[in-house]
Amino acid sequence: MNFTNFGRYILLLKSVFRRPEKLKIYLKEIAKQMDYVGVGSLGLIAIISTFIGAVMTLQIAFQLVSDFIPKTIIGSVNRDSSILELSPTISAIVLAGKIGSAISSEIGSMRVTEQIDALEIMGINAPGYLILPKIISGITMVPMLVIISMFLSITGGYIGGSVSGAVTPAEYIQGITTDFNPYTITVALVKAFVFGFIITSVPAYEGFYVRGGALEVSQASTRAVVISCISILACDYIVTQLLL
Amino acid sequence: MIEIKDIYKSFSGNDVLQGISGKFEEGVTNLIIGGSGSGKTTLLKCMVGLHQPDSGSVLYDGRDFTPMTYEQRIEVRKEIGMLFQGSALFDSMTVEENIMFPLNMFTDQSRKEKLERVDFCLERVNLAGKNKLFPAELSGGMKKRVGIARAISMNPKYLFCDEPNSGLDPKTSIVIDELIKEITEEYKTTTIVVTHDMNSVMGIGDYILFLHEGKKFWEGSNKEIAHTDIKELNDFVFASRFMKAAKDKF
Repeated sequence: MNFTNFGRYILLLKSVFRRPEKLKIYLKEIAKQMDYVGVGSLGLIAIISTFIGAVMTLQIAFQLVSDFIPKTIIGSVNRDSSILELSPTISAIVLAGKIGSAISSEIGSMRVTEQIDALEIMGINAPGYLILPKIISGITMVPMLVIISMFLSITGGYIGGSVSGAVTPAEYIQGITTDFNPYTITVALVKAFVFGFIITSVPAYEGFYVRGGALEVSQASTRAVVISCISILACDYIVTQLLL
Repeated sequence: MIEIKDIYKSFSGNDVLQGISGKFEEGVTNLIIGGSGSGKTTLLKCMVGLHQPDSGSVLYDGRDFTPMTYEQRIEVRKEIGMLFQGSALFDSMTVEENIMFPLNMFTDQSRKEKLERVDFCLERVNLAGKNKLFPAELSGGMKKRVGIARAISMNPKYLFCDEPNSGLDPKTSIVIDELIKEITEEYKTTTIVVTHDMNSVMGIGDYILFLHEGKKFWEGSNKEIAHTDIKELNDFVFASRFMKAAKDKF
């Protein structure tokens, strides 16, 4: 995203946050988007988080070769990694692929079939009507998904450790309950909030300014996912640097 | 009435519109015609505010639209209905929801009143009972008619149609043309149709503005068009052998 695009992105966001024409219709649209972003992504996030947690346990156990390090450390490393990094970042990258491409294609298709022009001619603030509900659903539902992901990742670690015998259930539970710092949850939720904004606003921008036809819509969709992923990783670093 | 004064528009140094002026009266069907790339769709988009002209003005019953703020434009746009080339119906909504959409956004009518209005609009375009169909289930001609129904749902003072006949068979084209003409006369709307369909030109062209390479070359009615000796206009209107023969006979 060069400076011209960044400027246009900011201007688009300015129009997104204009006063809605009719709040009731926007609320209905927000509920629809929350269902799509939140409930629609729950299964995917659950599967990914559980497996990541399980694999993390096995890999940490594999790397702990010294007898001087207690096995309970597996649980605490898994907990902190899941909360601080894996759940927010991996979930966000997966959601950027699933939701980001859908948002970009939907808005891009509306652009090339003149549906956005139709909204503007009717006197409706098209960026507000199309993008605001998506951003609100992103910044509310992604943190919720991340909370579920954290829980499932830690649970997945428990299952993976118990099934493989890498760590006993008692040691794992002792590990995840020892020296827990609740501030890590705050950091993770701040990340999730920022990622939720990126996942919805960047693809919306890419779709909104598409020119051409089906080929350009698909290219915009790919670009949206790539830019979202890079932005997520960059913001991940910045938020971590600022908050830890 | 809509009046355009000296409209200029260019894209990346390419002059698309060069000083176009004209008056479009209410209750008559006004046509903007011209070949591909002549600037007619750009002119239409300048008139409705989808493009900002480089200079010139667009007056809606004396109100200059071009310098208006976003909020002022919204008020004028509530009086505009537009039929798009590809109909531009919202894919995720049924026919009923498409027509009801502007009513939901801008009126405080009860659901019953809105449904009555939807039924009235659908009946007006001969699509009664098609409320629950999705755009994907409609033919090209039906989509255009739903587009017209949506455009008239708010009782517009100004009706714009961007190539309403494109992609339609000749018989359906005539049905759409007649519908536009009937609505214009019945509701006294200021109707502007962008087209390059010769059946429309001869059938409903009460006032015709001919564009060629971004300039206004001719204006008049469908009765006058056969008697002009402007080469560019004759080359455009009577391009086909059939039309040439018809002109000779005429």
